[in-house]
Amino acid sequence: MSLARRIIPCLDTDGARVVKGVHFEGLRDAGDPVELAARYNAEGADELVVLDIAAARDNRPTFLETIRRTAEQLAIPLTAGGGIRSLDAARAVVRAGADKITVNTAAVQRPELLSELSAEFGSQAVVLAIDAKREGERWQVRIRGGREGTDLDAVEWARRGVAMGAGEILLTSVDRDGTQSGFDTELTAAISKAVSVPVIASGGAKVPAHFLEVFTQGAADAALAASIFHDHVQSIRALKEFLRASGVEVRLPC
Amino acid sequence: MKVTLIDYGAGNVPSVERALRRLGSEVETTNRAEKIAAAHCLVLPGVGHCAALISALDTHCLRQPIREAIARGVAFLGICLGLQALYESSEEAPEMPSLGILPGYVTRLPEIVKLPHMGWNTLQTVRPSPLLDSIPSDAYFYFAHSFAAPAAGNETAATCSHGREFAAVLEKDNLQAVQFHPEKSGAAGAQVLQNFLRATT
Repeated sequence: MSLARRIIPCLDTDGARVVKGVHFEGLRDAGDPVELAARYNAEGADELVVLDIAAARDNRPTFLETIRRTAEQLAIPLTAGGGIRSLDAARAVVRAGADKITVNTAAVQRPELLSELSAEFGSQAVVLAIDAKREGERWQVRIRGGREGTDLDAVEWARRGVAMGAGEILLTSVDRDGTQSGFDTELTAAISKAVSVPVIASGGAKVPAHFLEVFTQGAADAALAASIFHDHVQSIRALKEFLRASGVEVRLPC
Repeated sequence: MKVTLIDYGAGNVPSVERALRRLGSEVETTNRAEKIAAAHCLVLPGVGHCAALISALDTHCLRQPIREAIARGVAFLGICLGLQALYESSEEAPEMPSLGILPGYVTRLPEIVKLPHMGWNTLQTVRPSPLLDSIPSDAYFYFAHSFAAPAAGNETAATCSHGREFAAVLEKDNLQAVQFHPEKSGAAGAQVLQNFLRATT
């Protein structure tokens, strides 16, 4: 037995409610984060991610309250993020009950943020979220919820982010996100091979075979999905049973 | 019994407190030496960089009261860094002596595997362990660390392996410690805390 591959439900929130959309657009309501957190905790999720995707439009106190109420429900780790631009903002999120902080746009704009966070909380608490879009043979890093391009190459940025203090990469394929056509296993494998820290694959999951692919061909350490879990398209328990039967080590709580 | 939870600002203090309260404990969080000196049941949580823990213990003058509490038989549970701090020192901050209650050194896990060791892993028991009582031998626990204690010490009750074998559960009389996070390890983690609390009553 060794380290199990993780299944991580993600709650994209507008601060208070879970929302969802395709390609980061066309948001609609998908439920109460606290209720979903309790359900996933009971169903055997290995971790939970809560994001404030409306952070730019701002309602921080509401989001902190959501983190606090969500953490109350959990006996598994909680990662929170969305709009964290400073050490102070990260402290507030950790004090509200998050075990890990995820940063994206702010780290691209000011990579030193990663060093500051890892000095304060340890690298195991610093998750660098990368939104990557295929550009020919490479992947471009995108920011502001995938809407804006950058000059950064995703593989190089992942390496640099780890050198700056990130302890984990949350990698989203902008091309696959919301399409339910499967993870970008090539992208995931490229990043996973390039860095020494765990990689969470995200974007495109629908059926159990997609998860199997990203763990085997994609060398992912964890896989994240949102709407297929929220909408009961896929149960976490059944997914894990499938993975275990396929030879992937997963935690099946009793 | 009231649990005294040492709060030096570690990120996981609130979740440890929540997990203990869920089990019906009365919890007092403190960074004051006199509270630790008066404690009957002591929990030292921790996560992050070991220098933060060691320097916080020095800032609040907590080394001596913790050592004395353990020496006089107070039930003690160290969690994650709270386990690592029991040794002589850590490669993570070699210039800072740790509590030195147990012989040996904490070292970085080998880079043949992904670090941090992050996620759910199983244990190999070395001998019957009261902390692991009523827990299936294939249960998973949540780990988040890059440095770890030696596996070979007499106090090691269970080990885990990631790149190398390391001590995951320590038990030496009233002194107990776990490298994983019981507060984040679902039902199995809650049972570990329950076992610790039961032994204190």
